[in-house]
Amino acid sequence: MSAPLIALAGIERVFRLGDSEVHALRRLDVCIAAGEYVAVMGPSGSGKSTLLNLLGLLDRPNAGTYRLEGRDVTTLSAEEQARVRSERIGFVFQSFHLVPRLTAAENIALPMILAGIAPAQRAQRVALALRDYGLENRSGHRPDQLSGGQRQRVAIARATVMQPALILADEPTGNLDRATGEEVMRLLEELNQRGVTLMVVTHDTSLGARARRQLLMEDGALQHDRWRSSETAADRCARPT
Amino acid sequence: MRTPDLIRFARDAATGSPLRTFLLVVAMAIGVAAVVVLTALGDGARRYVLNQFSSIGSNLVIVLPGRSQTGGFNPGNAITSTPRDLTVDDAQALRRASAVHRVAPLAVGTSEISVGGKLREVMVAGTTADFIEVRRLTLAQGRFLPLGDWRRGVSEAVIGARIRDEMFGRDEALGQLVRIGDRRFRIVGVLASTGQGLGMNTDELVIIPVALAQAMFNSNTLFRILVEATSRDAIEPAKVQVTEIIRLRHEGEEDVTVITQDAVLATFDRLLGTMTLAVAGIAAISLAVAGILVMNVMLVSVTQRTAEIGLLKALGATGATIRNAFLTEAAMLSVAGALLGFVLGQAGAAIIRQLYPAFPAFPPDWAVLAGLGTALATGILFGVLPARRAARLDPVQSLSRR
Repeated sequence: MSAPLIALAGIERVFRLGDSEVHALRRLDVCIAAGEYVAVMGPSGSGKSTLLNLLGLLDRPNAGTYRLEGRDVTTLSAEEQARVRSERIGFVFQSFHLVPRLTAAENIALPMILAGIAPAQRAQRVALALRDYGLENRSGHRPDQLSGGQRQRVAIARATVMQPALILADEPTGNLDRATGEEVMRLLEELNQRGVTLMVVTHDTSLGARARRQLLMEDGALQHDRWRSSETAADRCARPT
Repeated sequence: MRTPDLIRFARDAATGSPLRTFLLVVAMAIGVAAVVVLTALGDGARRYVLNQFSSIGSNLVIVLPGRSQTGGFNPGNAITSTPRDLTVDDAQALRRASAVHRVAPLAVGTSEISVGGKLREVMVAGTTADFIEVRRLTLAQGRFLPLGDWRRGVSEAVIGARIRDEMFGRDEALGQLVRIGDRRFRIVGVLASTGQGLGMNTDELVIIPVALAQAMFNSNTLFRILVEATSRDAIEPAKVQVTEIIRLRHEGEEDVTVITQDAVLATFDRLLGTMTLAVAGIAAISLAVAGILVMNVMLVSVTQRTAEIGLLKALGATGATIRNAFLTEAAMLSVAGALLGFVLGQAGAAIIRQLYPAFPAFPPDWAVLAGLGTALATGILFGVLPARRAARLDPVQSLSRR
């Protein structure tokens, strides 16, 4: 077995609010293997989003190490972290976060533009993504001309267009009705079935129950690490010593 | 991020909020247009004055009695400290100089002209036949003073256009006898009207032979000697030769001042050039104001687009990429404003030229380049702060902003 995709050891994250310190994450040790489908659940303020931001390299822990694909990414410079985000991580947000002035196709192409990929290859991959997500006849529409489900599909297409190893979804269905939410989840799960590691933050228990593994957070600590099936819960994380 | 992508991204960002972009471009354009138009006015004034002076005559060297510079002790000063007068003989001597083409002595005084009971005070210029060529005057009627011995003179006079109108009205002036001072003259020519110009107003001038003018004013001194050099390049040699001849004739004492028209022109040129610079400086202030506006608007833009910046960071944009995107946008807005301002300014200058054809309101090249350069520099300079602020935004907080 190769190294786990994600290995968190002793992660602490402290926010300073005036004079008081808020421990958003307390000594967190989590291991996630490549290809897993993990739901992060818990009440608001439990540190779910902070965890996701840390995993997405948008935030740095105050203590502990984060290994992504065996590489310690907490010590990387901001530029190097940006590169890891660009190549290995895809984000899906609750409020979609599409650039309003860009068309669906342009929004999907955005990560490739930032990564400096040649226009010809970009066009090819965007066309493929549009087809995969059933957005061909919406490619020229701007986000305000799209429905919520279509917007989130554009966002998922954008998150996957760089072919990342990890997809981080923060309440992906939070702004959608049940039917479209269902459709979006199905898309994300399909991605997972093709081998992409999927982490979904949600406080919707029925949504969380779909995941094979659930991390229950409370007060910045991991309350419960539950496996749905009888899959081995053995420690796949070789603890760095 | 590739450069064409960067430019397209910045362009889309700029056109994404048209009102903001429009206002910014207009502010920048007004600044540049102000520089272009104001320097066009300043430089136009300079050219206008120079043209007026050039019309006095070309390749002109003017000899004035007396020295304008302070000299050291000269043995001549011990005997007499008053400068020698310039005489007609001096003027005649100057004709021998190789670099001199024409010479016209000038004796000036005021007298009265009377004809048919009308009486008027006039300025009388005593000179010779070459005066009309040296001063580039034109005749409306008749002929100028005849060639001949400078020390004699026939009693003939040439009058300015306004004198003609006032003394003769609709009657024929040519061939009429008039009394100037205590002598009688026959009118042989009328000068063309030159309108109001700089220098001596020839419309109210009466020109008579120099010998008669000196007799009339009971003096044998000259007011000026006007010398026309053979060519433009000969102006300096002519000046040297004229100075030397007069010095020799005046017993080794350099008691005249020789000025060239170029020197006079150069003085005005400098004066009005400085004025143009000052005006350009004032206009440049509006450019600085536009630059601060660029900064202000870009800062607002950073605030408005916080979520977008957070997203770009999440999608893998480095701080440098975001800084470049905002800098490119500021630069593009500045370029657009500068170009629009350039066009507006040139149009404004063209309108001024259309309205006042005599006024050559062309903006000088240096001012146009400086205006465009300042616009770009301020735009980019003032774009740096907002761009850095955007690059430093914390992605987590930016993304949580809705």
